[in-house]
Formats: sequence, C-alpha cells, structure tokens
Amino acid sequence: MTDFAISQSMPARQSSPVLRALRRNRFAWIGIGLLALIVLVAIFAPVIAPYDPLKQNILHRLSPPSSDFWFGTDSYGRDVLSRLLYGARISLSIGFLSVLIAMVVGSALGILAGYIGGVFDQIVMGIVDVMLSFPTLLLGLMVAAMLGASFENLIIAIAITETAPFARVARAPTIAMKRRDFVEAGRSLGYTPLHIMRVHILPNILSDIVVVASLWMASAIRTEASLAFIGLGVLPPTATWGGMIREGFDNILSAWWLVVFPSLAILLTVLALNILGDALRDAIDPKTRSQG
Amino acid sequence: MNLISESPMHYSGQEAGFTAPAREPVLSVRNLNTSFRTGDGWKNVVRNISFDIAARETVAIVGESGSGKSVTSLSIMRLLSVESSRIEGQVMLNGRDLLSLREEEMRRVRGNDISMIFQEPMTSLNPIFSVGKQIAEALTVHTDITEAAAKAEAIRLLEKVRIPNAASRFDEYPHQFSGGMRQRVMIAMALASRPKVLIADEPTTALDVTIQGQILDLIKTLQDEEGMAVLFITHDMGVVAEVADRTIVLYRGDAVEAGKTEDIFHRGQHPYTRALLSAVPKLGSMGGRDLPLRFPTVDMTTGQQVPLAKVSDTVARAKRPILEVKDLTTRFHIRSGAFGRKTGAVHAVENVSFELFEGETLSIVGESGCGKSTTGRSITRLITPTGGKVTVDGQDVMKLSQSALRAMRRSIQMIFQDPYASLNPRMSIGAAIMEPVLQHRLGTKSEARDKAAMLLEKVGLSADMMARFPHEFSGGQRQRIAIARALMLDPKVIVADEAVSALDVSIKAQVCNLLLDLQQSLNLAFLFISHDMAVVERVSHRVAVMYLGEIVEIGPRAAVFDNPQHDYTRKLIAAVPVPDPARRRIKRNMVVDELKSPVRPVGYQPAVRQYREASPGHLYRVD
Repeated sequence: MTDFAISQSMPARQSSPVLRALRRNRFAWIGIGLLALIVLVAIFAPVIAPYDPLKQNILHRLSPPSSDFWFGTDSYGRDVLSRLLYGARISLSIGFLSVLIAMVVGSALGILAGYIGGVFDQIVMGIVDVMLSFPTLLLGLMVAAMLGASFENLIIAIAITETAPFARVARAPTIAMKRRDFVEAGRSLGYTPLHIMRVHILPNILSDIVVVASLWMASAIRTEASLAFIGLGVLPPTATWGGMIREGFDNILSAWWLVVFPSLAILLTVLALNILGDALRDAIDPKTRSQG
Repeated sequence: MNLISESPMHYSGQEAGFTAPAREPVLSVRNLNTSFRTGDGWKNVVRNISFDIAARETVAIVGESGSGKSVTSLSIMRLLSVESSRIEGQVMLNGRDLLSLREEEMRRVRGNDISMIFQEPMTSLNPIFSVGKQIAEALTVHTDITEAAAKAEAIRLLEKVRIPNAASRFDEYPHQFSGGMRQRVMIAMALASRPKVLIADEPTTALDVTIQGQILDLIKTLQDEEGMAVLFITHDMGVVAEVADRTIVLYRGDAVEAGKTEDIFHRGQHPYTRALLSAVPKLGSMGGRDLPLRFPTVDMTTGQQVPLAKVSDTVARAKRPILEVKDLTTRFHIRSGAFGRKTGAVHAVENVSFELFEGETLSIVGESGCGKSTTGRSITRLITPTGGKVTVDGQDVMKLSQSALRAMRRSIQMIFQDPYASLNPRMSIGAAIMEPVLQHRLGTKSEARDKAAMLLEKVGLSADMMARFPHEFSGGQRQRIAIARALMLDPKVIVADEAVSALDVSIKAQVCNLLLDLQQSLNLAFLFISHDMAVVERVSHRVAVMYLGEIVEIGPRAAVFDNPQHDYTRKLIAAVPVPDPARRRIKRNMVVDELKSPVRPVGYQPAVRQYREASPGHLYRVD
C-alpha cells in the first residue's frame, strides 16, 4: 500500500551508521584517546610509576615538583605522581564495576517494568522516582556509612545510587519495542516472556543503555572521589584520587601540587567519559547523526 | 533487466500518448532525467520521462515501489535536495522552463501555479493551528488580502471541498478531523491559489476505500470546475482507470509504456504493463466460482499469461470446526482525569461469532477501526478479550493458563501487516525461523535447521539465505520469511492480519498465490483479515463484513459479493475502484460522511442483534 522504495532506502543494520557517525566525529576521538591513555596508565602503573606509592621518605616531605619528583611529594614524602598512577586503578575500577552492576540490575528492572507493565511497573517506577529524588552523593554517603568503608562496599554504594537512572532509561524503549510486530510475533509464536526480553528486546535497546553507562561512569568516578574526600573512601594508605585531595587539603596553601594534580586527573577522566558519552548519544540519535 | 531498458518504449494507439496532446499543454515535460548522488558517483533513478498535460486533463504516472514515480513529481516541483540530486531535461509550465528558474522564482511557482497533495493527510497538517487558519495562511502568503477576506475565502474553499458545516469547522484543529476530511483540507489548501497544475502523489493510498471513492469524486469535480491539469501519481491500477485520460507506466526509472488509458488497459504491449495489469485484482471477476482462484502470472520476457494451476476443494465441512468463536467481545476502557476514572469504552469487538473449518479461508473485511484486527488479536489472546468463548482445535483458549496458552499457540499462528517490522533486525533469518522449534523444544538444532531450510524452499526462497539479515530482503521476501516462521510449528490455523496490504501489487499476487498453495498442500485454515475487497474476493471461501465492532454480514464468498444484503456491504463493494477505463468520469455520488466511532459512554448496553438468513449459511444483520 505504502511506497517503501525498497531498492533505494534499505535500512542498514543499526550498528553500522552509529560507528560511522562516531568515526566522523573528531571530538569523539579526543575522548576515546584520553580515556585509552588513562586506562593504559592505570594498567601499567607498576611499570611506569617511578617510586613505590606507599613508601614514605621523611627527607623529602612536601617537596615541590622537580626533576626527581615530577608532581612533588606529600607530607609523608610519598611521590605524588606514583600515587596518582596507582590511584587511577582504584578510581577506574570502582567507576567501571559500580556502573556495570548498576547497568545490569537497573536495565533488568527497567525492561521487566516496561514489559510487564501494570502494578509492577508502577511500583518499580515509584521506587525509582524516590531514589532519583535523592542527590547521588547523599545517597552514596548514607549507604557507605551504613556498610562501612571498603573497596567492595564503595562499589555497592555507588551502584545503588546509579541503578535508578538505568531502570528509567531501559523502560522507555522497552515499551516502544513491546508494540513492535516482531515482539508480538514472538508472543504469538509462544515464546516465554523471558526469552522475548532477552533475545528480542535487550539487543535492540542496548545502544541506549551503553550511552548512559559512559555518562554515569563519569558520575561514579566523581562520587567515589567525593566520598573519599569526606573520609568514606577506600581506607588509607591506599592511594585514591579523592583521598589524596583530602590529605592535601590541610597543606593547600603551602603545597598546591597536592590538590591540583589529583583534581586534574579527576577532571580529565570525567571529561573524557562525558565527551565519549555525548558523542555516542549523538551517533545513536538519527536526528543528530548527520551533524558532528 | 537489460532486456527492458534497451527495448524501445511502446506507444499504444494511433494518437500515440504524449506526443500529440489534445489541446495546448499547460505542463510539458521533456527528457526528464534525475540522478542522486551515491557513495560512488551519480545514480540515475528517472530516465527520459516526457509527457504533456492540457487543462482539464489528467495524466497518471503508475508504477511500483522504487519505480521513480514520486521522484518524477518532486523533480518537477524542484523539491529534491540541490546538493544530492541532479535534474536534467525540460519542464515547461505555460512556456516557462521551471528548471532554469532561480530558487526565489521557483518558490513563487510552488503553491501558486503548481500545487501538490500528499499521501499522508495525518502528518501534513500542523497540529497546533486550527484548520481554517492554515488555509487562510496559504492565501495570505501568495496574495495581499485582509484577514477577514482570507477567512471568508477559506470557508468558501472548505465548502468547495464539500466539508459539511464548513463555517463551524473553521476553528477546529486537525485532530478533530478524520483522515478523509483532512485530505479534503489539504486539497482546499492546494486550491487556495487557483493552481494551473495539481500534482496528487498517492492522495488516497492511506484512506479507507469508501473515503477513497469520495476523494476521487471530489478531485474529478474540482477539476471540472477549476479547469486544472492534474498529474496523478499512484500504484493502484483501479484508481488509474477511474481518473486518468492518459497513463505512463514507470518501471525502475524508465517509462516503459505511455498512451491513452484505454489503450494501456486493453492493448498494453510491454510485458511489465501486462504483468502489472494481470496482477490487479478485479472485483467481480470470479465468474460464479465457489472456490478461491489463483492470481494469473505473466512471463516477464514474453508477456504471455501462464496457465492457472487448478485449485481443489480443501474445506473439511464434515469435521468439527478447527476454530469456533462465540460472542467474542473486546472493549478498551478510556480513562481520563487525574485519577484515571473510566469515562467510556471503545467497543472494538462486540458479540462476534463464527466458525472456521480445516482447509477453509474466512476473510474478515471492513474499514479502519471496525475491529477486524482486534478480533484477530483477541482470538490468539495477544489481547485479552472482555468476554466470549474461543475454541481452537477443541481447546477453550480463554481458560488456558499462561504455559498452556504458549503450547496452544503452536496450533494458531499470526502473520502481520508490516514485513519490515515483524522480523527482529538483529537476528539472522535462519535463527528467526529456527527459534520457534527451539523455544518449544520440539527438536534439536540440526532438526530445526533442516525444517527451516525445507520451509524456506517451500515459501519460494532458498535455504542458503539463512545467514542473511532482514534488511537484505525486499518486502515480499520478508513476508515469505514471516510465513515460513509461522509454519515452523505446524499450525492448523493462520491469522493473516492485513498480510498482503503493504506489498506491491505484483508481489501481493505472488504472496496470495503462495498462501493458496500452502492451503492446498497443508490443509491450513486461514483467517484472512483485510480491507482490500478485491483480494478478499479472490482468496476466500467465506467472508465476514465487520462494521463498528460487529459482523453485519457473513456467508459464502459468492453469496456475499453477488448478493449483498446489508447496506454497508453494498456501500463497501460500490466504493472499490474498478480497473476499467470505460467507467472513467462516472461519479459515484456517494454521501460525504465520516466513519462513525465505536466509543461509547460507561454503562452502554449494546443492542441485541437479529440476523436473517438470505440463503444457506448467508446471514446478515437486521437493522
């Protein structure tokens, strides 16, 4: 009935135009490059770091940046650059793992709520709304204080604060997918709801979720740093970026490098993730795909 | 393909189509060539199109998807993107070459000398302005008139396109108009500047058949009154026969045949024209046959008709019906206000009862909103009905638990309308076809693969296509894939919900033939849901006509079509465009009306209906 113009406008597989748009976006390359650099540095920290991050040296307390200590030393005489490199491992792994957990749990909840609908949907989305009305930091603070500060508990605390947005992001496209004929066809073929959600809905909404994941990973790294700054982070003497700022804060007037370098590290990482997230979003949204 | 593009164009009849216009042409197109920029250079999509249109004359450009018919009209209007397209040739409007005009001059031509109406009346009006205002705007843009004068003129135009109570509807918004009424508004806007040429690009394709009849009548009337030249673009040969003085047949960018509409229809030379015409379903062509009839096929190289395969009687009337539907009722609540109070209900399906036997095709026909699709979905329980009883193969569908329902779905399968939407774009078609068997644990992976391969061959595709993805297939091929997938579970009943409606006419004929073949070899029962009367007449054993959620007439196909009893059935049959040019300019004089709505207030009790038997098995509602 309608004119489909088969030969001219064959819809290509959905992933390829996204990758193409991403490749065209020069700004995205800055984000990807920066992030790759930070990840490599974190992985190879033991090789690159000039000193042991935990080794104290009374003779070199609070020495400013020099050719021996590029980023200076802290009040225990520990090398700031080395601590920064090791701190990247903590920040990135907490950011990545907490977002991974939040993504899996949140998307599952969102897809279930969207697919099942009705009262279940109302309850889940009600809880999500309540969780979203808390500031992320406050919620993280409450959970971290309740569980106690450790690497694992921090991941759980941050994951809990970020589950709600994933649930919301996954629900909307699920509802749109539910009305598509191939999902109806699946129902009429007698597939189980779980199978339909896993095989027919999830792969089609994954791109939406991945975009949000990269943006929320930036937020997770910020939250981790903030919690560490208040003293609810991974316990000293382990090097974390937030913890380094906290320790350097006492000497901020005499030793600026203690605060400035970890802050810059956080800034660059968050920036890289945000650029990547924005570029991904633009690439996936057909309305903005042509620009860039 | 080469065979066609190299063969010379056929001119039918002595007057020879476009070269000798009856009067001085208003619009004259010569050697129109349009190319689009692609990754590697320019791709020619319209080649050497030439035609003339005189005042009061209608020329139709007919062709299937991708034939370039819409590109032709957009080229004339110069509405294609300047960067990515190239238009060559000559488009003369009253002696002025439109292709050589500057962009500002061209803008004055559009909507002034040439107006256009489009396929989708639903999206071509701005939803936030009242209808009257939008027509008035079209007036003030091109002429210098006062607001009051513009309003008076807009009302006159609304009356001209026969919108009842035009003055009172001036301030209404597009959502308060039905599709047919919106298309009238679009026509009123197109007429605002008294154009010399009206380009109508599939103006009735999205409309119901009774509304389509009204709009075609309106265009004919207005053309007589205003003396416009009309360029009519369509894929529907029935519409062509009704409106066009002359016709150009487009095939993959080439005008393969041009001439008087009568000559094209009766003495078409080109094999493609013949194939196209033979695929067009004609109402009333069954000649007293009781069984379904295959669509004729034409050899594309010789243009000769291939003899029809015989259709044998597959209906098992002695056995218990495979599908029994008793008093099926489905209503959707309408909630409004802050607390979601029930304020009414859509009575989508109301007391529908019928039986379907093994090997039988029962068609449900009706216009949009009549509840035919909801009936199909209620039977398969994709929607939970409000009441009634559905028995499939002896099992009461309404009483089944979720897991029993999943098992029951093996015996009743659906095919959907949009072949582009019914396959998961991220799944290879092999995986999609094998999935039902694996999900129901009916066999191993290799057994599933063997069966999928066998079924792909059976639906006319080849087994080595299994690794490909849906986007690599055309609409017709995808519909075949969807059919193969539905057959994986060896169903007894297939609910085909507008299964051929989105397909091009030649593809439609092929898929209908495939369904008939499958019925012959597998004894399938089809519930064929469609709005297309001509296709229904061809494929069904019995027909049920639905109107506002109720069956108004049901019976053997021959009885319903040859001896319709209910007024609505008669109206529906009368509205179908007949692909016979001799009937051109005969107006139907149909009453201008809109389809009524099945929305009822809370507590509405549907009337108890009486049915009368016209002949054995042929029932109609007594109103």
